Amino acid sequence: MIFETILRIALGILMLSILANMYRVVKGPSGADRVQALDSIGINLIASIAAYSVLFHTQAFFDLILLIGILSFIGTIAFARFIERGVVIERKR
Amino acid sequence: MKPNNVILQTVTRVAVFIIFTFSIYLFMSGHHQPGGGFIGGLSTAAAIVLLYLSFGIEKVRENIPVDFKKLAAVGVFIAVGTGLVSIVYGQPFLTQTFGHVNLPIFGDTELASAMVFDTGVALAVIGTAVNIILSISEDR
Repeated sequence: MIFETILRIALGILMLSILANMYRVVKGPSGADRVQALDSIGINLIASIAAYSVLFHTQAFFDLILLIGILSFIGTIAFARFIERGVVIERKR
Repeated sequence: MKPNNVILQTVTRVAVFIIFTFSIYLFMSGHHQPGGGFIGGLSTAAAIVLLYLSFGIEKVRENIPVDFKKLAAVGVFIAVGTGLVSIVYGQPFLTQTFGHVNLPIFGDTELASAMVFDTGVALAVIGTAVNIILSISEDR
């Protein structure tokens, strides 16, 4: 019972963290700020899914954790290449 | 000046193996746990896209000599072929079966013919996803 309360408090703190990151996504002066805030939202989502899977007593969401990590990594790399070079997949001319 | 990609390429060389292993795990565990052909093919496509991102189109194309349009066609052909095999045995279309086989290492293993159908789905998903991303990235 006390453990469940601690998990719910942690989920509330994670929700506040996602809201703070959303502020940075909306307000951020440059594109790099927004990309980094989106990456941080992905990490917070991973932590929320882990807390939820402990709360629901299930192992069905463990694949999702790794999958969101991979997709967030690839998306951040694609955005970073777009900001830096202007092209996502480069080819020889 | 030539751009320097050392960190990205080194991380990619390690991470691609992890993503491929994870996608094979997702593909194999689809019968009893979350996973299956669709998400396995999609994470394989994510690994291939990561290779394209860090090494460029030409280098990946000469190291993975696969035509992804043909790969999608082969996947659909396999998926339809498993349905047609059940017609040959006098059953309705897409009837699936399973049997127990003694494999050398794994022992008594349950092999289902839905696995072959899932392979077709995975190949079609890989071909379609990579083909979409490659044809979008060609800005001509």
